[in-house]
Amino acid sequence: MNVKAQSEKPPVAGCVVLKMGDDVSTDTIYPGRFMATVLPGETPQYAFADITDFNSRLQKKEIPAGSIVAGGWNFGCGSSREQAASTLKGHGLIVIAKSFARIFLQNAVNLGLQTLVCPELEADEGDELEISDDRVLNRTTGRSFALQPLPAAKRAIIAAGGLISYTRERLLKMRTAKEQ
Amino acid sequence: MGMTLVQKILARATGQPFVNIGDIVEPAVDLAMSHENTALALNQFLEIYKGTGLQPRIWDPSKVAVIFDHRVPAEGSKTATNQKKVREFVAQQGITKFHDIRGDQGGICHQILPENGYVRPGDVIVGADSHMTTHGALGAFAFGIGATELASVWTLGLALNVEVPETIRIDVRGQFQEHVSAKDLILYLIGMISSQGASFRVIEYHGETISRMPTSGRLVLCNMAVEAGATAGIVPPDEETLRYLREEAGVLESRPLLLPDADAPYSRRVEIDVSALAPMLACPHAVDNVVAVREREGTRVDQVVIGSCTNGRYDDLAAAASILRGRKIAPWVRLLAFPASWKIYRQLARDGILEDLAQAGAVILNPGCGCCLGIHQGALADGDVALSTTNRNFLGRMGNPKSSIYLCSPEVAAVSAISGVIKDPRGE
Repeated sequence: MNVKAQSEKPPVAGCVVLKMGDDVSTDTIYPGRFMATVLPGETPQYAFADITDFNSRLQKKEIPAGSIVAGGWNFGCGSSREQAASTLKGHGLIVIAKSFARIFLQNAVNLGLQTLVCPELEADEGDELEISDDRVLNRTTGRSFALQPLPAAKRAIIAAGGLISYTRERLLKMRTAKEQ
Repeated sequence: MGMTLVQKILARATGQPFVNIGDIVEPAVDLAMSHENTALALNQFLEIYKGTGLQPRIWDPSKVAVIFDHRVPAEGSKTATNQKKVREFVAQQGITKFHDIRGDQGGICHQILPENGYVRPGDVIVGADSHMTTHGALGAFAFGIGATELASVWTLGLALNVEVPETIRIDVRGQFQEHVSAKDLILYLIGMISSQGASFRVIEYHGETISRMPTSGRLVLCNMAVEAGATAGIVPPDEETLRYLREEAGVLESRPLLLPDADAPYSRRVEIDVSALAPMLACPHAVDNVVAVREREGTRVDQVVIGSCTNGRYDDLAAAASILRGRKIAPWVRLLAFPASWKIYRQLARDGILEDLAQAGAVILNPGCGCCLGIHQGALADGDVALSTTNRNFLGRMGNPKSSIYLCSPEVAAVSAISGVIKDPRGE
């Protein structure tokens, strides 16, 4: 699982393929009626299913991995459904938003969906963004915006390669401690 | 410096005398819940154990609850097959707090947990559902997590990397007018502080109005705390909490109650006097798009929904029935009513309340989440307007992005179902 890019260089660049407003709910990212589909390998087909033109571009593989969804405040609010993170991760999308809802952000970190907090972000669809450690440069407009670092508790999970490997390490450590 | 209630709970759950806001802690979990998404959690659970040479075992099966509620009975073969896998897993792991699709013990997870005494004051409770905030009504610190994080809890018995959250203190005073209730209060609060006004924070409810409020109302306040972005909602436990536990949840033993300190550090304080509060309405397509009902009176409605983990309790349906009894809903309205659990369903049936609702034209659905999130029955047509006592009105929430949803109390829903247009119930 390549989640280290979130905290390490080199700078990556991608285009904004979808610009969204504030309070984008997980019902928009992954509508509830597809929730019977749970496995990360199967969820990508329903990403933004009700934004039908965008979904069909994703399905036709017209959107390259590393493309960016630009959100406003409180991106990913609502349901805790993890499909909302796995569906975006499946397409290799990056989400940059002014802020994230708590559970969505945690799910993203746990699964290795790249999420960047950028409170000042100004970017339109089609703009090319360059992401470095602590800034986002909008190459189209020439303006640059500071990134807010994720809390240390989340960075530890990212550094371990996601929550599954993080928990596995902890489990093995616990077992070793018990045996000694 | 004192501690907020959640600080106190996290200190106890980590074996420390004190925790600071912002500390990263790993509290021991008292209860870990999931519903149909157990299917995903168990997949992730097996992933964790992959390559370890260890047998996948839940750390303490007695602290795990699995409740089927999202699509009951199964609406399709995919769900049915997932539920079957979960049943096998539950049996294999020895999970006893399992509520299958049964009329003697089933229902919506956020009612099943409190009514079965699974929630105790001071507990740390996690669940793969955003409305876990509900259980703060009994003085627990309860918050929603994703399915992978739940699998992690199953493995370790700990919630990993929890940042001790800030708390907003809400003080509520005054007496509700007739036909005004906890639902109107929480809609008003969300409208005031916005859908992200409590993000990453806890809402702690205080005041004389809360003291007088039955647990059913407190469950509403905590259920919808997440709609203000809150990590959790919480009511400090009191006499009413103990009464509920004893009389309605059959919990007889108790341990020392935790309460917030008088000098606890709150990040914000909000005072609300409910004596002039009017029935409220959340308008499409945001829960914080809140106005008084009378500002939208006359809006035609196609489907009215009374029920859910927010307002599917006995007194919610009884309040609706007291308005609907002996009357008929408008001919163009579909009224769907669903109690939050089968226990409530049976009580309502015994007392003739389901009969009253059905005679007025309501369709009684079985307890479950279905139509609230558009996954099981009660779909909306293109252009439909729904008026619902549920907790979310996001675009497409009830399954059709070409429909719109208003949120309200059971009383507003009942009176509007009769008139066929949104109506203020005061004066009824």
